[in-house]
Amino acid sequence: MRTRLVTVLLALITAFVVIPGPAATADEQGGESLTGQIGQPDDRSQGVEGIRITVSDGDDEVGADETDPDGNWEVEVPGPGTYHLEVDQASVPGEYELRETPLVTDGTVEVESGDNQTLILALVEAGEDQQEESSPSPEDDAAEEDEDAAADEEGIEVEGVSGGFGDRFAQLTAAGVLFGLVIAVSAIGLSLIFGTTKLINFAHGDMVTFGAMMALLFSTGAAGLGNSLLAIFAGLGGAILLGALLEGKVRAVPLIVAQWSAVFGGIAVATAMGVAGDSIEWQVPLWASAGIAVAMGAVLGGTMERYLWRPLRRRNVALIQMFIVSIGLALVLRHVILVLFSANRTRYSGYQVQEMVHFGPVSLPPRDLVIMGVAVAVLVLVACLLQFTRVGKAMRAVSDNRDLAESSGIDVDRVTLYVWFLGGGLASLGGVLFGLNQVVDYEMGFRLLLLMFAAVILGGLGTAYGAMVGGLAVGLVAMLSTLWFPAQLMEAWALALMILMLLVRPQGLLGRRERVG
Amino acid sequence: MDILTILAESARTAVGPVAAIYALAAIGLNLHFGYTGLLNFGQVGFMLVGAYGVGISVGVFDLPVLVGFVVGLACAVVLALLLGIPTLRLRADYLAISTIATAEVLRLVYRAGFAEPLTNGVYGLQNLSSGFRSVNPFEAADRYGFGVFNFSGNHLWVMVVTWGLVGLFALLTWMLMHSPWGRVIKGIREDEDAVRSLGKNVFAYKMQVLVLGGMIGALAGAMMAVHQAAINPDQFKPQVTFFLWAILLLGGAGRVLGPVIGSVVFWFLMNFTDGLLRALGSEGYLPFLSGPDFGAIQLAFVGLLLVVLIVFRPQGLIGDRKEMLINVK
Repeated sequence: MRTRLVTVLLALITAFVVIPGPAATADEQGGESLTGQIGQPDDRSQGVEGIRITVSDGDDEVGADETDPDGNWEVEVPGPGTYHLEVDQASVPGEYELRETPLVTDGTVEVESGDNQTLILALVEAGEDQQEESSPSPEDDAAEEDEDAAADEEGIEVEGVSGGFGDRFAQLTAAGVLFGLVIAVSAIGLSLIFGTTKLINFAHGDMVTFGAMMALLFSTGAAGLGNSLLAIFAGLGGAILLGALLEGKVRAVPLIVAQWSAVFGGIAVATAMGVAGDSIEWQVPLWASAGIAVAMGAVLGGTMERYLWRPLRRRNVALIQMFIVSIGLALVLRHVILVLFSANRTRYSGYQVQEMVHFGPVSLPPRDLVIMGVAVAVLVLVACLLQFTRVGKAMRAVSDNRDLAESSGIDVDRVTLYVWFLGGGLASLGGVLFGLNQVVDYEMGFRLLLLMFAAVILGGLGTAYGAMVGGLAVGLVAMLSTLWFPAQLMEAWALALMILMLLVRPQGLLGRRERVG
Repeated sequence: MDILTILAESARTAVGPVAAIYALAAIGLNLHFGYTGLLNFGQVGFMLVGAYGVGISVGVFDLPVLVGFVVGLACAVVLALLLGIPTLRLRADYLAISTIATAEVLRLVYRAGFAEPLTNGVYGLQNLSSGFRSVNPFEAADRYGFGVFNFSGNHLWVMVVTWGLVGLFALLTWMLMHSPWGRVIKGIREDEDAVRSLGKNVFAYKMQVLVLGGMIGALAGAMMAVHQAAINPDQFKPQVTFFLWAILLLGGAGRVLGPVIGSVVFWFLMNFTDGLLRALGSEGYLPFLSGPDFGAIQLAFVGLLLVVLIVFRPQGLIGDRKEMLINVK
């Protein structure tokens, strides 16, 4: 094997050395040039098109370019030297203006030989005072650590609409409880999955994103794409449910045939739907699309367990390897979502501008009250499920000690599948709630994932109730830290809490004392 | 579409400065994971402190670039100690979570508004490489090389230094792993309790490895800063760590040359898929995709590569399958 590999490599290298290089002239690194990318202020991966940039040497214009749809521009310059760069202010779209950096006001650029220099030009929202229109709730500015403008609007948030320290404390506590509930709902699945399979599911954050995106898709009008996805997931869900309910009760061969025909049937219907395209269009209100999203999230979780993790466990793949697989899965999921839904940051329409409801010093828009209500109800339901039903008890038993549970007659594989269903569904729901409160974009889940990690470690890895307690604590700490510290450090404080917990009580608040080292 | 051009360009990038920098960082990761079994999912954090060590020293305080390298390495030592003290005594999964979280928090701190006097926030630091280029023995504007492998003087200088460092640290790895110290390290990977029962201080050994691998990562970050001449925090997203993992697993973890071969092959594949996709796109074969999607597809491809490698060939190209059956204890 090794010799073959080396031979192939050597042959390849020789081939490339021999190919005379027209390729070499094709690349741009020979000469000097100035390049850059101009993005939208709230999401710099979204380019702004049509901004005109002129480079001159003294009075002679050397070159000019306009940004393409991705916001990229490039001007080649004849050689090393000092140039003057000018951005045509009139070509900047009306809603933005250029950030006043030395580069913009002065415009002098020094180019060394062979230099392919990247210049940073940034846009800001025109008129700084229009950010408040959507929702004046404090968590809105605080939680968006990705907001580039956050540095500028810190003052609004900390000095606050309501002035006094007590009022702000109350406001942020409410925001923290809300945020904590969302984290708790999303993190239960993570903790239970860890408990039953000892796997840290790095893809959990992207399951959250998945839920938020699905709710967005079906509430804004599902056409070809929505129908196809629905058909695929219906097929997969059917197959897994068949397996979960009938395995061991009917003969294996017909079951497998039925399962695969469900999967391929789903794919076939999906193709048909895709071909039919936008002619079958429908739209449901957000609560209904949230239901669809939760069902699809459950199916996603179940599919991963049934067709990836279970086979891997059967092959005795080591846990470290499984972590890496879950990271790979997270990358795939996140970027497939990115390709399908693009990188825009969107909000669920119709719930943004709302009349505030006042409770003493705390005022919340009704949507936040609904989020809290739903989250509390779901947490209570999950707790009841775990405490009082057979399957819930089985989940806790498997989570406690997998081998002991198996030897006392619990079908561990089936329970694990149910845990993945539950975890996937809850992650989707968490995504919808998080998206309702904040914005929906393809990286939202990954940002939440770190806080979920903090929550489950704080509460105790593997315990469902620990995830609830930990989630609340993390949400409160993150929000309340903005009383004294910059909002961008919210996550850092949550993680500092996690590190502190690891130092003093590694098993977490509710974890059982055992060897963790 | 010219498949030969794409192939040639990919081959050129596969030995270029970026591949060298990633190979260097992956050598650090190889010490962590391949030899000691430490699950470090935050190698990019070490690269970030290394890069900003150079960036802040050179860009803000106008110090010589060598001082920047020293500052970057010192920051990496501090970071490794801060990370290691709470987590190295615990199970490997705690280290995994802590490292990925710490790296991301570092990025957020470096790009935050209050750090702007030092880091210039999201806009990053610029003009960092003049000190490094002033000792360039090659003519900056000339092109060197043969066939498709030709590079400008500046790039060649970065390549010589970085591949030199890669060679140096590969040699160091080889020597360390053939020393008594290395045998203890590999013993920790195989069975920590057995090593502990022989009276070795496992925690101290793990900490030494974390610091050493982190410093190598910081060095890679510093080379990145002088290569690009401009850095900003968003270059240090967690994706970079996942690239490093893909490189390490592709080449073969626990092998001296694993990261080097992995990096070359990985960047060849990355550029080849990218070039092919773009060529197909510009010919109009992929009407449903637009420009930014190609990057996303590439990242999805890296994810798929990780999954497929682990499932079908956990030892990578040159690894030993038996050595890769490491487990969390």
